[in-house]
Amino acid sequence: MVKYSYFPGCSLKGTGRAYEESLLPVMKALDIELEELDDWNCCGATAYMAVDEVKACVMASRNLAIAEKLGHRELMAPCSACYLVLNKTKHYIHESPSVHHVLDEALKVANLSYSGNIPVKHPLDVLVNTIGLDAIKKRVKNPLKGLKVAPYYGCQIVRPYSTFDDQYNPTTMDRLLEAIGCTVVKDFPLKTRCCGGSLTGTLPEPGLLCSYIILKEALKRGADVIATVCPLCQFNLDGYHDKIEAKWESVRIPTVYFTQLMGLAFGMNERELGLHRGFIPMKPLPAAFAQPVAT
Amino acid sequence: MAELLRTIKYESDRVKGFGREVMSVPGCEQLESCIQCGTCSGVCPLSIYMDSTPRQVMELVRSDFKNEVLHSRTIWLCASCYACTVECPRQIRITDIMYELKQRAIHEGVYPKKFPIPVLAKEFHKMAHNHGRVTENWLATWMFLKTNWLAAIGMWKLGLGLFMRGRFSLKYEGIKRKGELARMMETVDNIDIDKLTDVKPKRKPAH
Repeated sequence: MVKYSYFPGCSLKGTGRAYEESLLPVMKALDIELEELDDWNCCGATAYMAVDEVKACVMASRNLAIAEKLGHRELMAPCSACYLVLNKTKHYIHESPSVHHVLDEALKVANLSYSGNIPVKHPLDVLVNTIGLDAIKKRVKNPLKGLKVAPYYGCQIVRPYSTFDDQYNPTTMDRLLEAIGCTVVKDFPLKTRCCGGSLTGTLPEPGLLCSYIILKEALKRGADVIATVCPLCQFNLDGYHDKIEAKWESVRIPTVYFTQLMGLAFGMNERELGLHRGFIPMKPLPAAFAQPVAT
Repeated sequence: MAELLRTIKYESDRVKGFGREVMSVPGCEQLESCIQCGTCSGVCPLSIYMDSTPRQVMELVRSDFKNEVLHSRTIWLCASCYACTVECPRQIRITDIMYELKQRAIHEGVYPKKFPIPVLAKEFHKMAHNHGRVTENWLATWMFLKTNWLAAIGMWKLGLGLFMRGRFSLKYEGIKRKGELARMMETVDNIDIDKLTDVKPKRKPAH
């Protein structure tokens, strides 16, 4: 049993709860124990950073310090924005003594401290590079044969701080999806193009265009489903189909978390994995995948 | 008749020292070495909607055209995907410079008042401060009410859809030790950041 500290982030408790619902059982099936940080707070993400970058780092540092209290374990952050901000804060701590000083002073009043050394990992990295594809393959009960998946990584998991994969053409998820039996859209060209982020809500025209382009490309390449690693990407690619259709054309294709696909391959129930929470339902449903496994 | 705008900038439009000030902020130093190649504008998925392209913003900052930059929509259209930052041949952290400019625009209150993006940023900041966490559906609701409540009506279907799928939180999410977080932020407010050389110039809280 490997133990990780776990920072869910606000989205995984809200609009992205299907991500957590699928992540937890998948990790458990692979003998990984996740311990949720006690009283974690907002990571200080994107929109917060536009108002006060130093305080955004203070928000992130409180989480890092709470994680450090649990001992020197790796911290798992499934949301790309949290993953980026936590890593960005670590980066600032190392390169700027003054930022480090401010964070230290702030942590002191909360009886916390942070040495700057907790590794922040994305579950995709942990699953493929630590657990390994062989261990994952062993756990597969229903290989998702015939399901064509467009692997969509989004931007903030690979840029700018990630060290586990290429910043434009990452392949970690491609390999993971192949290991659970999926057919992967080869070299999906938009795998790290921006989904529009929060612009879909604030300025629909440019925001929705970003999502529309990705959805259209996935359909054009014959994908049945888009797999994502980020709650905001999932929301944007899944939640705005009516608006996209009204503006351009229908590009209805389901977008699910990679952990949901893993859960299906592990033989888990679609409802337990939160698949009913998507706006565009995934079809065909897992019954179609349930083929006897050759042993 | 539409308002005619002077397209040539005058020397008098410059706010001397602005570029230096931005370039003294951690993460923004590399701007000095910009070669104006335009790679940033080329890779930016949103540059087609910007009034000044990222390349232009970089030069405007370096050349002290503070008002043009802080009033531009470009800084708010940046969705922070970091494509420009990793592609820049001079390793300029363009996304971080955009963040720096957003902060200055909010601090000086020069962003377009009902422009939803800075309003979202401020509401996000306020909610994270007061509750320690962000409840996305309430954040979106507040943003629409403060910018264009008619647009909120247009979102009812999405809201209802989220509710039916159990993705809409009725209550505000929050942390237990709110006082602890507030004390931490207060401590930051009391540090004279100006005196710490490699830290951003001090600015007052946005609300």
